[in-house]
Amino acid sequence: MSTLTEAASTSTDEVLTVRNLQKSFGRVQALREASLTLPRGKVTALIGDNGAGKSTLVRCLVGVQPPDAGEVRLNGEPVRFTNPEQGRSAGIETVFQELALVEDLSVAQNLFLGREITRGFGPLKFLDRRKMRKEAHDMVSQLAINVPQVTSRVRRLSGGQRQAVALARAAGWSSSVVILDEPTAALGVQETQRVEQLIRSLREKGMTILLISHNFEQVLRLSDQVVVMRAGRTVARRDTSDTNGQELVALVTGAQQDSDDNEEPDPALLPEPEER
Amino acid sequence: MATTQAAPAATPSADDSRRKLSELPWPELASTLGLIALAVIFAIANPGYLSEGNVSAILQAAAILIVLTIGQTFVVATGGIDLSVASTMTLGAIVLGEFYALGWNIWLAALAGLVAATLVGVVNGLVISKGGITDFIVTLGTLSAASGLALIIADGKKTTVIEPSLIKLSVNGIWLFSWAVIIALGLAVIAHVVLFHTRFGVHVLAIGGSAESSRSLGIRVWMVKTGVYVISAALAGVAALLVVARVGAAEPAANTAFLLNSVAAVVLGGVSLFGGRATIAAPVMGAILLTALVNGLTRVGLSEFYQPLTVGVVVVLAAFLTRFNR
Repeated sequence: MSTLTEAASTSTDEVLTVRNLQKSFGRVQALREASLTLPRGKVTALIGDNGAGKSTLVRCLVGVQPPDAGEVRLNGEPVRFTNPEQGRSAGIETVFQELALVEDLSVAQNLFLGREITRGFGPLKFLDRRKMRKEAHDMVSQLAINVPQVTSRVRRLSGGQRQAVALARAAGWSSSVVILDEPTAALGVQETQRVEQLIRSLREKGMTILLISHNFEQVLRLSDQVVVMRAGRTVARRDTSDTNGQELVALVTGAQQDSDDNEEPDPALLPEPEER
Repeated sequence: MATTQAAPAATPSADDSRRKLSELPWPELASTLGLIALAVIFAIANPGYLSEGNVSAILQAAAILIVLTIGQTFVVATGGIDLSVASTMTLGAIVLGEFYALGWNIWLAALAGLVAATLVGVVNGLVISKGGITDFIVTLGTLSAASGLALIIADGKKTTVIEPSLIKLSVNGIWLFSWAVIIALGLAVIAHVVLFHTRFGVHVLAIGGSAESSRSLGIRVWMVKTGVYVISAALAGVAALLVVARVGAAEPAANTAFLLNSVAAVVLGGVSLFGGRATIAAPVMGAILLTALVNGLTRVGLSEFYQPLTVGVVVVLAAFLTRFNR
């Protein structure tokens, strides 16, 4: 994997490059050394056990928690986000595991949250609700399965519809990277299929996607490359076409060590800090 | 709900209308329906209850509570609570009285009271949002601090404020509505626009719904949180003017009833105490309902000792209604 990151850290074909990212919470080293590269227009899957540091990595990438050390390059430019607003405006959209939508707001309000369209000037700026509703409808119906009414509260939507709204929000902006944190973790079989279809259609539109998932089958179905994390490190990278479920399981558990990474005894056997 | 557009157009049936009925926002309607029920009951018990004079008196008595309730609604909509509203109002009134006693123009004195009150809100907001201390504790602290400050400034004594233009506020007006009531309702209209037609308003509700998601979307949670406490305190500053106009003096009184009733009106208005769901009209109706209730009880000759008990029962009943209708 080191060869890959070094080969093209400045190439514009790599939307996002992360090198040696580190993050500690007090004495707990949640991220020891995380490096990965997202090729443009591809789906990169990030897998690892609970507590391997996947969510922390994502949080560092998007600015929810600034990393302690390491480098993040977006389209070749070094970036450092200290809050999620910066990450968003630079073009990194995230669909988080649980905190995706605000239940008591409408679909349209959720889609435009933090980016509301206003009219008027100076201190007298009012929401252009009609325009937001219309655009929200367009955004959702591009992706959606059974299109929810954009005025209905998210609370009334099914799990699949919610995820569709969250994905539409992430994809609807001119974003460089869409990060999906366990997009189907809470869904049933049918809804999972639909959301996977959504992710495929995002890829077909040329989106660069980082998919965090526990589901190896899903990773094999959806991704172009797989990056494996273990105990706060990115320990392996595979092209999806060259790997299989067994190998991924072995890499995640540490039963199989990547040839590049054997300086340390199996860190997966160490007690794991709980991820926040 | 979501797919109704595509559903075959069913003939309106009993089932359909029942579904429509269950989709009505009952928590938000409760205070209005309650007010109507109350008006009917008291009008039967006491024919003078709905007379022009009495309705006008009820509204006049409700004006201060309406103003405080609007502020409380913003705070509760973010999932917080402002226990200091009434003491902040008292502090504002005292500052107004002191400057008036110094010979200031009454409106300038009122502005000074407004500024003093707003400062309490700035402290509340910053300590809660930046200091990360629970709203309940912070505003409990400023509740005590603001009323203490009022006592110190006033030296425990009241300042009489006899000012014709101030008296007009309560006496003159249009039809049933005194100027004080018109101010209160005007503020309610502005508040409604702010809550539903500005980015700030959406962010207030978003933070109340989920502060974490809002933060992850780049909303500056601390600014919005500070904002709602400042709004609440500034409105307490306006209420200070109304209370001085009503009493004819600035008194360092505790005014605890205003605090309890402002929270009660918010609950009656179907605002979720966990935040994220709020309207302005319903809590305002709640404030009028509480005032109309007390007025009615007095008119039918029930001892005033029964009033707090009745108010308490009504509020808890309203909270039940909210709970069963999410």
